[in-house]
Amino acid sequence: MTGQGKTMDVRQLGRGGAQQKLWAFASLIVLVIGFSLASPNFFQVSNIMAILQATSVNGVLAVGVTLIIITGGIDLSIGTLMTFCAVMTGVVLTWAGMPLLLGVLTSIGTGALCGLVSGSFVAKMKIPPFIATLGMMLMLKGLSLIVTGTKPIYFNDTPGFSQIAQGSLIGTLIPAFPVPNGVLILFVVAGVVAWILGRTVLGRYTFALGSNEEAVRLSGVNTDAWKMAIYALAGGICGIAGLLIASRLNSAQPALGLGYELEAIAAVVIGGTSLAGGRGTILGTLIGALIMSVLTNGLRVMSVAPEWQTVVTGAIIVAAVYADQLRRGKAG
Amino acid sequence: MNELVRMQAVDKRFPGVHALKAVDFDLRPGEVHALMGENGAGKSTLMKCLSGVYQPDGGRILIDGAEVALPSPRAAQALGIGIIHQELALMRDLNVAQNIWIGREPRLSFGRIDEARQNADAQAIFQAMNVAMDPRMPVSGLTIARQQMVEIAKALSHRSRVLIMDEPTAALNDSEIAELFTIIRKLRSEGVGIIYISHKMEEIRQISDRVTVMRDGAHVGTVEAAETPIAKIISMMVGRELTDEAVQVPDLSAAEPALELRGLCRGRELKDISFVLKKGEILGFAGLMGAGRTELARAIFGAEPPDRGEIRVHDRPVTIRTPSDAVRAGIGYLSEDRKHYGLALGMDVRANIALASLPRFADRLGRIDESRLAVIARDYIDRLSIRTPHDRQEVRLLSGGNQQKVVIAKWLLRDCDILIFDEPTRGIDVGAKAEIYRLLNELAASGKAIIVISSELPEVLRLSHRIAVMCEGRLTGILPGGASQEQIMALATARDSRGGAGSNGAGSNGTGADMAKAGVA
Repeated sequence: MTGQGKTMDVRQLGRGGAQQKLWAFASLIVLVIGFSLASPNFFQVSNIMAILQATSVNGVLAVGVTLIIITGGIDLSIGTLMTFCAVMTGVVLTWAGMPLLLGVLTSIGTGALCGLVSGSFVAKMKIPPFIATLGMMLMLKGLSLIVTGTKPIYFNDTPGFSQIAQGSLIGTLIPAFPVPNGVLILFVVAGVVAWILGRTVLGRYTFALGSNEEAVRLSGVNTDAWKMAIYALAGGICGIAGLLIASRLNSAQPALGLGYELEAIAAVVIGGTSLAGGRGTILGTLIGALIMSVLTNGLRVMSVAPEWQTVVTGAIIVAAVYADQLRRGKAG
Repeated sequence: MNELVRMQAVDKRFPGVHALKAVDFDLRPGEVHALMGENGAGKSTLMKCLSGVYQPDGGRILIDGAEVALPSPRAAQALGIGIIHQELALMRDLNVAQNIWIGREPRLSFGRIDEARQNADAQAIFQAMNVAMDPRMPVSGLTIARQQMVEIAKALSHRSRVLIMDEPTAALNDSEIAELFTIIRKLRSEGVGIIYISHKMEEIRQISDRVTVMRDGAHVGTVEAAETPIAKIISMMVGRELTDEAVQVPDLSAAEPALELRGLCRGRELKDISFVLKKGEILGFAGLMGAGRTELARAIFGAEPPDRGEIRVHDRPVTIRTPSDAVRAGIGYLSEDRKHYGLALGMDVRANIALASLPRFADRLGRIDESRLAVIARDYIDRLSIRTPHDRQEVRLLSGGNQQKVVIAKWLLRDCDILIFDEPTRGIDVGAKAEIYRLLNELAASGKAIIVISSELPEVLRLSHRIAVMCEGRLTGILPGGASQEQIMALATARDSRGGAGSNGAGSNGTGADMAKAGVA
């Protein structure tokens, strides 16, 4: 395997899955053009903003779970964790009447703590990630219902709370460009995580763990600690998603959450991150999340029944991964 | 004419390796033909060509005098060629009969499996083999030896006339070996041709009719087992490599100790191991398979921490419970299985070199200084002459020798001054081997303390300043550099029960046999 002939220059392309990312981006453009031609209502500023706003929650969750998937793991608890974080925020803000900032920290802190627990199940107790986070998913769902007594908590007493996702910081500065804060937060989170993955030790170990965990351990790296840190980081990001969804609904809905994890994982997969671990990009995940909301929105604008939207989304996931397999099969 | 198999001038190349160089081989019906040679001699590759796993690049394969194509293992099976791999390939949770008939289950209507017939057919095969076995027994409940019987039965169920056995006795005890040989003799008397790959000279004498020796991918010779002295076969196997280069032992009398073990124990694998490794010294570890050398390395490195005993580094006691403890103490371990334990294959050369030292290249935010890392990586690529187009090349695209150098660079960058090499040249080309040897000598000359574990006796002899020999988890002795193979083998077979080296007297076949055991493990 000297492979001088088929030198892979990864310098321009970034780490793995680059071609898939390109394909995903191309399909996104094709979708946008297609829907714009099919319906004049699609390519309107208000509709584009609606798409972006609809992407924000799923996008943030997907960015978080991308980290875990790159380590070769999976996190099924992100949807119900998001809800649990929202519920805890409700407890702190509405029930205890604490200031807004404390609510924000509660959400992120709860997420990070739960992520740490999942991470310790996986790293210390050696429970397979699928099982550990499946258990976590159910525990958190139950806890949300128990804490709230199955009733939603509203944020009517905290007037600023709905502004977290719905206000527009950019809009107040540049009135012609009313990007909702939820979208801004998505891009900031994505930017920071992309930076962590590409530039920091944590990011490098994330890829290394997915590439060959035992080799990393035998290099003297405390793999358990790093893995727990990665799960905690992903959990904290779920906390941000919890703030976004609670802010948009102006309430913490304890029954919500199940199913969000699968949508987020779908976005990650469409974006070219390998479920086997070791490769993946945040940009790809972002594109994957956008493809999913463009599809949903476009089909709705074209008055396709919601049942069919689900079918199409499912087909896209299969097609995206098949395209990846074909490409890799060809690459040998 | 009455040959079962004839392989003529079979040639096979892999990228960077000429694995088979126009090899001839033949097998008669009703004979046991032993195939011998050192690691990487090409035995397995040759057998993979015969069993349809690899396609030869040149040459012909004839079965019963007619040329055949073997595009797949299935095609080879259909022609009656069965192979029993060293690593048994049974489904542990299925029962014996289910394993034998997997993929060919006798059917009833509606796709139901005829379990009764399946069991009866399996029973018939075992009866023909003279083996008592319950076909309904789950495989997970069988010993390795019994599982091997199942593999043989499975091969026979294909009506195999050619049976390839790859080191079948590696995991068997003496009585199990005797039982296996009874079956082999019975099959031979029924006209089955058996190709027997082994490194145990004593067994070869007991069971085989002819012996073919391979070296460096070439056929060295085929001899009658009964008429050929063992020393002759050994010299065919090792060629002139033994006298190649004598080791230069430096004067280390004034050198400080780098690593010292006092009474290290773990389970039944390691028993009371004590030794001192000095700065600038290469200490070779010889022994038979299963002597506990890799286990010792992993214990020192904290991969499987010891139960008892003291480890001292630079004359200070250290506690090693995990690999990160070991690395902090300056110990690096280079596993024989680089792909699983040494490298992140999908990552680039730079990332792999930095894998153990990343925090050193990070600021307080954890941000990695890539430009500094790039400079360092390129420096190591030059110093160790790692052949790679650039430092962002994925390591899976490098040759074995260059991958090994990347692992060495990883530990050098981490400032490890005690390096444990487990089979440093396994899977590495002959040419690249010399380069690794030179590198090890340079590392020692620069003051690193080095342990080399090797199953290739010539390698141990060529590199080691002193030679530690292990047997059954015990350190049975430390010999000076340049010791004879006989001395090493006496210690390597110094079993507790047999009461030491004396039992295998010099000049008897035993010494030679065991020597080859180590030489080819």
